[in-house]
Amino acid sequence: MSERILDVKGLRQYFRISRKFTVKAVDGIDFHIDEGETYGLVGESGSGKSTTGRSIIRLYDPTDGQITFCGRDISGKMSKDDERFLHTNMQMIFQDPMACLNPREKVMDIIAEGLDIHKLYKTEEERKQKVYDMLELVGLSKEHANRYPHQFSGGQRQRIGIARALVMDPQLIIADEAISALDVSIQAQVVNLMKQIQKKYNTAFLFIAHDLSMVKYISDRIGVMHMGHLVETGTTDEIFRNPIHPYTRSLLSAIPEPNPVVEKERISLSYDQKEAGVDYTKGTRHLVEGDHYVLATDEEFDKWTKEAAESPVLS
Amino acid sequence: MSEKQPILKIRDLDISFKTDGGNVKAVRGVDLDLHRGETIAIVGESGSGKSVTTKAVMGILAGNGTINNGTIEYTYADLSPERITEVQEKYDGVIPEGYLKPEELKTVDIVKSTPKFIQSEIRGRRIAMVFQDPMTSLDPTMTIGKQVMEAMRFHYNTPKKEAWKRAVRLLELVGITDAEKRMKNYPHQLSGGMRQRVVIAIALSCDPEVLICDEPTTALDVTIQAKILELIKEIQKKKDLSVIYITHDLGVVAKVADYVNVMYAGRIIETGTVNEIFYDPRHPYTWGLLASMPDVDSSDDELYTIPGTPPNMLHEPKGDAFAPRNRFALKIDEKLAPPMFQLTPTHKVASWLAAPEAPKVDMPEDLKKRIDRMKKEADINV
Repeated sequence: MSERILDVKGLRQYFRISRKFTVKAVDGIDFHIDEGETYGLVGESGSGKSTTGRSIIRLYDPTDGQITFCGRDISGKMSKDDERFLHTNMQMIFQDPMACLNPREKVMDIIAEGLDIHKLYKTEEERKQKVYDMLELVGLSKEHANRYPHQFSGGQRQRIGIARALVMDPQLIIADEAISALDVSIQAQVVNLMKQIQKKYNTAFLFIAHDLSMVKYISDRIGVMHMGHLVETGTTDEIFRNPIHPYTRSLLSAIPEPNPVVEKERISLSYDQKEAGVDYTKGTRHLVEGDHYVLATDEEFDKWTKEAAESPVLS
Repeated sequence: MSEKQPILKIRDLDISFKTDGGNVKAVRGVDLDLHRGETIAIVGESGSGKSVTTKAVMGILAGNGTINNGTIEYTYADLSPERITEVQEKYDGVIPEGYLKPEELKTVDIVKSTPKFIQSEIRGRRIAMVFQDPMTSLDPTMTIGKQVMEAMRFHYNTPKKEAWKRAVRLLELVGITDAEKRMKNYPHQLSGGMRQRVVIAIALSCDPEVLICDEPTTALDVTIQAKILELIKEIQKKKDLSVIYITHDLGVVAKVADYVNVMYAGRIIETGTVNEIFYDPRHPYTWGLLASMPDVDSSDDELYTIPGTPPNMLHEPKGDAFAPRNRFALKIDEKLAPPMFQLTPTHKVASWLAAPEAPKVDMPEDLKKRIDRMKKEADINV
């Protein structure tokens, strides 16, 4: 078994809006990511998947829970050394490639910023070389280093975002809806690039998205989030072959397929948490098989496994 | 396609935008037909001109945009108030073909109409639009009820009480429970899916004949997307609506459309029935779009990609705009843009590969396999 890079236990992230009202964006989730693996986090908007990513990289201070990254505890107060370790070894790619690049800086300085902060080069030559190497790796050329972000197209900008993350040689990259804003034809290019990089450097990815067909393609394992809870997690194959949780089942049944005759007759399963009377806080993790867990109470678990066995979701 | 008079007939539409860098040619000669009760989809990347085309129909082009050429003919029933009540009493929404007298049908060219005419007669009243982002297309300072009633009050001067009743009925129609209560809510009190339902209710408030949906479900997750699409379909059947979908999601197209138009660089490069486009695509760009979607069968290492990026329309490309990204490009592509080649009565493609003299080129192997599999699933003879 390969090494465990990230271990998240009981992560909670609350936002206090007023004295009486607190948003429980993430309410106690557990998962882990192994070395060189892609973990896909899916769920509707507002389910807490982005918050999870941001809490892990400490853009937010988690309310509760333990996050272990390469054997170091990075939840709670960190030592200077841990902080430095986190900032060099975990990187993030954001959704909007225009908003996340400083428009006043040249690509060279944008990509080298992390190197500058952590003083990861000895000579100016070395700094330049590192940036050039990264540009080449993501399919851009040396000449692009002296340009500004607005001179690039959306897909190219996303490549710059990837280069900036990669230059630190991270162990884990959190890609938060990194391809959602791109055109279909460009999405495939960027996804291929991420896969190539993963093969070459054995980088682990936390891939946050709502496009299930892309998640299915890129991920080794998947976690399904709903209302701040991780309702089901397992390998991609386990989730798609044998989805147990009604929310996962409704998600899978709704993925549109480019097959007009089949698609026109398909009726998607619906799931309403309130109607179904599911209380996520009462559920516990139930093992289905291998790495496949479902959040449910004992009765729910029995009922859902029976339902799943009777009417499998085709996908 | 039927011989009937289309409700919306676009011919040779040409639109450009003035920018600091020069003239951007956004739409370059688009032909489009929409018949009553039909659903057509316009597919393409951002910048391909799909949104601009429909904005021209609605008369809401940005200030620096001009229509250089072309016509947008819209045919509608121009009835006297007495006739309207008569027709409404007889038929609920769906008026059978031939019931209206020919002199009651009126055709206008939207391109030549005054902004005032479009505003009072067409936009919102006969042609309505559903926008992508329900958070920005709703006014956060107005209650839902007020926003649903706004258009009826403006176009038909509906008395307040009646408008309220109609608004409640509309909210019920789009599947909002507790409609009476929701009328007093503000947009932020609703979830994303609910908000999009409200936007649809607003679009339907004046009983339009044409509904334009600009990426109606992109901001929503798949389960809610499926519900919204099913809802639009259901209403379409009830009210005999004609719907134009603008989207880049081919899965959505497969679910809803009767006819598909693929746009690239301001032109329609392939058009046909949904089955023709998905089971027998002919343009290399359509192949690329279909093949770059991940699939169970796609080889595990790499997705098929369309190399390069869309052209910059500041400089109108010479020859076929897609040629630089096309691995099957012919020599003639560099010099001359291909005309539309007619393959079947409904299926047309703008690619020199369809010319009788062209070498025979097959679609990518992976895509061919996938289409064969899909045909089998759909029970169509291969």
